[in-house]
Amino acid sequence: MAENKGVAPDERTVIGLSFGNSYSSIACTVDDAAVVIANEDGDRQIPTILSYVDGEEYTGGQAKAFLIRNPKNTVVSFRDFLGQDFKSIDPTHCHAAAHAQDVDGGVSFTIQDKAEGEPSTVSVSEISTRYIRRLVQSASDYIGKKVTSAVLTVPTNFNDKQKDALVKAARDADLEVLQLVNEPVAAVLAYDARPEAKVEDKTIVVADLGGTRSDVAVVASRGGLYTILATAHDYEFAGAHLDKVLMDHFAKEFMKKNKDVDPRENARSLAKLKAESEAAKKALSIGTNASFSVESLAEGIDFQSTVNRLRYEMIARKVFEGINRLVEGVVKQAGLDVLDIDEVIMTGGTSHTPRIAANFRSIFPETTVVQAPSTSSTSINPSELLSRGAALQASLIQEYETEDIDQSTHAAVTTVPHVTNAIGVITLSEAGEEAFTPIIAPETALPARRTVHVEAPKEGGDVLIKVVEGNTHIKVTKPEPKPKENGAKDEDEDDSDFDSEEDEEEEHREKIWKIGTALAEASVRGTKKGSKVEVTVQVAADLAVTITTREVGGKGGVRGNLKAP
Amino acid sequence: MASATVVSRPLPTLTEGWSAEKDFKPVASVTASTKRTIEPIGPHFLAHARRARHKRTFSEDDRIEAQNAAKKIEKDEDSDESEAEDPMMLQREAKDWKSQDHYQVLGLSKYRWKATEDQIKRAHRKKVLKHHPDKKAASGATEDDNFFKCIQKATDVLLDPVKRRQFDSVDEKADVEPPSKKEATKDFYKKWGRVFKSESRFSRVQPVPQLGNDESTKEDVDTFYNFWYNFDSWRSFEYLDEDVPDDNENRDQKRHMERKNTNSRKKKKAEDNTRLRKLVDDCLAGDERIKRFKQEANAAKNKKKFEKEAAEKKAKEDARLKKEAEEKAAKEAEEKAKTEREANKKAKEAAKNAVKKNKRVLKGSVKDANYFASGGDASAAQIDAVLGDVEIVQGKIDPDEIAALAGKLNGLKVADEIKGVWSEEVKRLVGAGKLKDGDCKSLA
Ligand SMILES: Nc1ncnc2c1ncn2[C@@H]1O[C@H](COP(=O)(O)OP(=O)(O)O)[C@@H](O)[C@H]1O
Ligand SMILES: [Mg+2]
Repeated sequence: MAENKGVAPDERTVIGLSFGNSYSSIACTVDDAAVVIANEDGDRQIPTILSYVDGEEYTGGQAKAFLIRNPKNTVVSFRDFLGQDFKSIDPTHCHAAAHAQDVDGGVSFTIQDKAEGEPSTVSVSEISTRYIRRLVQSASDYIGKKVTSAVLTVPTNFNDKQKDALVKAARDADLEVLQLVNEPVAAVLAYDARPEAKVEDKTIVVADLGGTRSDVAVVASRGGLYTILATAHDYEFAGAHLDKVLMDHFAKEFMKKNKDVDPRENARSLAKLKAESEAAKKALSIGTNASFSVESLAEGIDFQSTVNRLRYEMIARKVFEGINRLVEGVVKQAGLDVLDIDEVIMTGGTSHTPRIAANFRSIFPETTVVQAPSTSSTSINPSELLSRGAALQASLIQEYETEDIDQSTHAAVTTVPHVTNAIGVITLSEAGEEAFTPIIAPETALPARRTVHVEAPKEGGDVLIKVVEGNTHIKVTKPEPKPKENGAKDEDEDDSDFDSEEDEEEEHREKIWKIGTALAEASVRGTKKGSKVEVTVQVAADLAVTITTREVGGKGGVRGNLKAP
Repeated sequence: MASATVVSRPLPTLTEGWSAEKDFKPVASVTASTKRTIEPIGPHFLAHARRARHKRTFSEDDRIEAQNAAKKIEKDEDSDESEAEDPMMLQREAKDWKSQDHYQVLGLSKYRWKATEDQIKRAHRKKVLKHHPDKKAASGATEDDNFFKCIQKATDVLLDPVKRRQFDSVDEKADVEPPSKKEATKDFYKKWGRVFKSESRFSRVQPVPQLGNDESTKEDVDTFYNFWYNFDSWRSFEYLDEDVPDDNENRDQKRHMERKNTNSRKKKKAEDNTRLRKLVDDCLAGDERIKRFKQEANAAKNKKKFEKEAAEKKAKEDARLKKEAEEKAAKEAEEKAKTEREANKKAKEAAKNAVKKNKRVLKGSVKDANYFASGGDASAAQIDAVLGDVEIVQGKIDPDEIAALAGKLNGLKVADEIKGVWSEEVKRLVGAGKLKDGDCKSLA
């Protein structure tokens, strides 16, 4: 980024841009609130597709429509090819559109992009530039000023080459890239920037369920700083796979009426099938029924059908379960338990699916907030979270010099020590037993400082403040074991023996804080009846600790230090 | 964070006698930290960056150094080693997918049932990158997508938990053959351990108790065999079903095939149960620990028996000794009593003799004093009176007093002295009320 001086801060007009592999979204801020911009077609989810017909360039929904009539000159799913060698790309999703080509080891497409003459071979970088230029144009039209700069979101597994290629593609479209931010944290920021949001220490799962991929991240949110603890990327269970489920369903329905005509065997029929299946899928996120209607689906035969949500959820179960396992797996990978997760943010178009949100609702404990349209009335549209987060970040940094931004996002600034264990005080449970009360959560970035107000004993008097480390463990209470079935017995069972596991009674799981190493003891003397004690723990980057404590509203207090280890 | 969290659980009261300088007692330092990357996003990060930079400028070297220090979150895609592709496998026909080794197709031969879902996904992606027909076509190769279809089929099976179990049920390549009797004589635990480890994959109940080693306790070994004799297996054999015709015309044929398949599944399942039971039998038969536990149990039993006998013997001996001691004590007591009796008798006799002797002294004394006759021989009456009074005095006093009196009289020859002793004695007796005044006049 450094070689380009960039745009002078006071000449910038900024947007947030989520350049997705299947859909993109643009947003800006108006009075510090993010606003998602509709393009000239009125779309806020803009298909990441570029199509050429008679030398005319089309993007978004219009380009998508040409997948039926003009697939060869329509480029789809190209974002993930940026900065990649041809040998390391997955061309699956381009199969029904312009095919990726190996040009000097890189990725290009050959398309008829001019009204006349030979088709051109266009690199993925150039395709991206053309597409981004159109998005920027839409944003400029909306804002009424030429957009100069943007914050772009990227998947967490984009490597440096991919990032550089993205920045280059944007710059070639005359767009200054202020910063690339990771997709899951853009989603978190979009939620945290709401006026009613409080700065809290919480652990969040961000499930970004898109069209061709599902990316899940576990994010430690500590005092407004975000640290990614684990990520998982999946290319088997995403929106396109749900489309496929419905395509197969409707193809079979069609074949019931029209023997020996499989609409999947003809490219054009397949494209129609896919477009209408995706529309039906989206309709099923809102309604309990969706109609499916295609003129001349195959061999000139019109086809009409409906599908209800129940049926859809049944035939798509494998994909849904794959998504469940993905989410459960990444929590485990972070060394955590579902009970450690305070919030699940669902982002990406596929997150509109009610069943997936319902599944998450049952995977996580009741106390976990699941942010999705069908489980929370205060959720933000999952398709808009990334661009909103990017726009908010863009407005935060737009007045900084490019060099300044570069230095502030430097690894020397972002790499910081994080505490391993929680730090807290010992309080008394109702039964009078010692219990751990956290003050600083594990994985809090350092330096950090937290304050709690803890009740003094009822009668007041001299109070003991024991500062200790704490750890959680999961206490599992098993239900009374049922008599075990014998291996020899299930002879007459059919293949349903898988499900039998499900009706086993559920065990009760509970997160318990364990008191760890004692760090310090302090006393606050002569507290009044019913008063509170303030305890502040401050941990420096070198792990030196300062503890201060006093009676709330009282004078003086105790202060002490723990040496860095 | 500016505001304080409020905790409603109370702090403890200060322990009696607690004291510290300035009321603060440091105990230990905080556990080590992990370096991680915070996301450069949001208003709080801006504040952090301002503090962290503090007018400093960082170089590219600083960047690399810092990045290396941070804990890595993303997996390195290329880090998985790849398995060589068998040319024969690449020739496979997709329609024969049932007989393909799905793990081999994805390059996971080494892992099989142990492959994680993540591994399968990554393996699949790698194969897609390499074998996608669109890529082959792009490089001018033939449009043969057979192997690609094999890859898709393998992934379809392995990413579906139900289908994967069906395949794993019949994945013979994952089987570990049990060692022969002879083979098992060396490295018994290692060889059999592998077998059970592999068989464990079929258990509905997890985790599965393992064979253990020479050091395993009897309890663990018992648990192990109990578990394996009651093994609850999910293994099933529908994967080996013969194809059932799909069309509606051949209904009878279809039903027939279905029945055949069901029976064949049952049979295979029963065979598998038998196989497993035999496996456990064979292992048990060669398990030295079982023999050892038996021996130890026997030894323990013998020890008990021996101890019981010894105890009985000891009790008998004790009884005998006790009886002997009692008899001895009785005898000794008897003897003691006897000697005592004899001694008593002797003493009595001696006393009698002494009395006799003393009495003789008393009588002798009056004789020596010539019966107190003044000049000449004493008259018979005088002698009678004196001797009579001596008898009376003797009768009034006990042997000790007789002895004392005899002592006083012994050796006296002078009649007056003798008389003096006697009259003193009579006076003493009168004083003691044993004689009346005037009695024994002859002696007074
Ligand atoms: N309302 C909806 N219900 C279900 N699926 C939806 C809905 N809206 C969009 N989708 C699906 O979401 C996927 C796109 O996800 P998105 O996050 O926008 O894109 P990307 O793959 O680029 O990240 C597509 O498969 C699309 O069909
Ligand atoms: Mg996405």
